[in-house]
Amino acid sequence: MANSAILKSSLAKKYWMALTGLFLCLFLIGHLIGNLQLLSTEKYEAAMRFNQYALFMTSNPAVKALSYVTYLSILFHAIDGIWLTVQNRKARPIGYVKNNRSANTTWASRNMALLGSLVLIFIVSHMATFWGRMHYDANMPLYKVELSAMGQKQSFYRTTTQQFIPVDQVAPSLEEAHKTGKGKYIKNRTELYDANAQIKIAELYKDLYKITVDFFKQPTYGLLYVILYVISMAVLAFHLSHGFASSFQSMGWSHPKYSPFIDKFGLVFSIVTCLLFAIIPVYVYFVL
Amino acid sequence: MATKFININLKVWRQKDAKAKGQMETYKLDKVSTDSSFLEMLDQLNEQLINERKEPIAFDHDCREGICGACSLYINGRAHGPDRFITTCQLHMRSFKDGETIFIEPWRSKAFPVIKDLVVDRSSFDRIQQAGGFVSVNTSGNTIDANATPINKADADRSFEAAACIGCGACVASCKNGSAMLFVGAKVSQYALLPQGKIEAHDRVLNMVRQMDEEGFGNCTNTGACEIECPKGISLENIARMNREYLTASMS
Ligand code: HEM
Ligand code: SF4
Ligand code: FES
Repeated sequence: MANSAILKSSLAKKYWMALTGLFLCLFLIGHLIGNLQLLSTEKYEAAMRFNQYALFMTSNPAVKALSYVTYLSILFHAIDGIWLTVQNRKARPIGYVKNNRSANTTWASRNMALLGSLVLIFIVSHMATFWGRMHYDANMPLYKVELSAMGQKQSFYRTTTQQFIPVDQVAPSLEEAHKTGKGKYIKNRTELYDANAQIKIAELYKDLYKITVDFFKQPTYGLLYVILYVISMAVLAFHLSHGFASSFQSMGWSHPKYSPFIDKFGLVFSIVTCLLFAIIPVYVYFVL
Repeated sequence: MATKFININLKVWRQKDAKAKGQMETYKLDKVSTDSSFLEMLDQLNEQLINERKEPIAFDHDCREGICGACSLYINGRAHGPDRFITTCQLHMRSFKDGETIFIEPWRSKAFPVIKDLVVDRSSFDRIQQAGGFVSVNTSGNTIDANATPINKADADRSFEAAACIGCGACVASCKNGSAMLFVGAKVSQYALLPQGKIEAHDRVLNMVRQMDEEGFGNCTNTGACEIECPKGISLENIARMNREYLTASMS
């Protein structure tokens, strides 16, 4: 009995909703700290830090494990949330002719499934534009810096060990290196190899910074993407304005002394987090 | 306050029996005293209907003083009408304006099927109660005097507050999810807070929640409508306590 109850009962679904929702709030904090690197005022600094963060997120084993928990949480939270909503509709087959819901509930609390579904659409398109390219795009650009030496501009790859390798010494493949006589070539999209010894000499960064900035600075659609991003963050803020405190109640963590604080903290958390996320594309579009 | 008389329009759900489809009917009622209670107003309407040789409106009521939980109307989009901490029988016509149109509907929930007009079947609450809302007491001649068991005053107070639930079902009616968790939370808490209730605490919460799910009530999403519409001011804390109790009970 105990085993089936913890998976199937109405309350069990609520616990899973709350735990996955709270975990996603933690994920938001991590993601935000990374994104804020884009705001560094010094341009090379911002690109460097952001690309370092992107590499860390895709290579560190602990972070990788956490990222799988995140994917699962989003899936589980979304499926459970929609299932709950469908079940709840069935609990009232005939509705009221006149219903004054705003007398006793907030708009956000009544529209969690709508808000959540919009967040899901955002997450999917967001992953397609950034996460998908980072992971699967064979043409993902590599991080380069332009330095001028003696009045001449030159491009360098910056390696993860902070060496600068002139771009014109690097061939895109071993064959190309042999053909052109260049001393280095790129293998497995980010690994820098020596053409003679055929050994790996350095690791390069994928340029997620460029992808991000270019995306929001597109001449025709850039502004539209900025606006959609800001709207999505407003939607998320509404979802969390109810969700954050709600998850504590779902887990039974309620106490006359602490609950008022959790309510207020939830509101501040949802507004501040989503505002900081939203500022970034606005900054990229208008300031950068 | 001086007595006034008002004329009102009523839109009332009429349904012949459990199987009939039902629809809203419009009535005009003149010279309603603002001192009369909402149910007295309905009595007045029924007299008018009887004089017109029409079928009077069926609605639930018993004590008419806010203690039995029988009355149950969804008035102008709210359970037990406007005003807080009152049942429909405690609602007075002074809360309405002259010429106002008042909507009256039955509780709407899969677990509260309409029997006739505004009367719903709330026996699902009884079955939840029977599933665990009790304490077993030895009555074989050696009953222990209740006052012989010391109880912390704060716990006794919170238990008493939970026990104030009259089982009216306004929480279910006003919840967008048709959830009965405020009712069940109150019934679970009432016993869980007392030493007499501790013995059966685990089985109680598991069984009552199972019965609640089987009856077809929805899942709480913490919108808080129930707490605001509850005539007895039962607090959401009782739902949190039930959630805690259930978590520990299902883990052990
Ligand atoms: C970053 C993304 C998200 C975060 C941080 C988040 C967070 C939360 C939190 C903390 C709750 C409260 C849980 C509770 O009351 O126990 C919640 C509820 C909810 N979420 Fe999300 N959520 C996210 C995305 C989504 C998505 C993609 C959906 C899917 C369609 C969704 C649907 C819902 C629904 C329907 C509820 C209400 C259910 C309930 O209160 O039990 N959420 N969310
Ligand atoms: S909790 Fe309140 S609204 Fe719900 S049944 Fe009890 S008294 Fe009525
Ligand atoms: S008739 Fe008893 S509470 Fe209203």
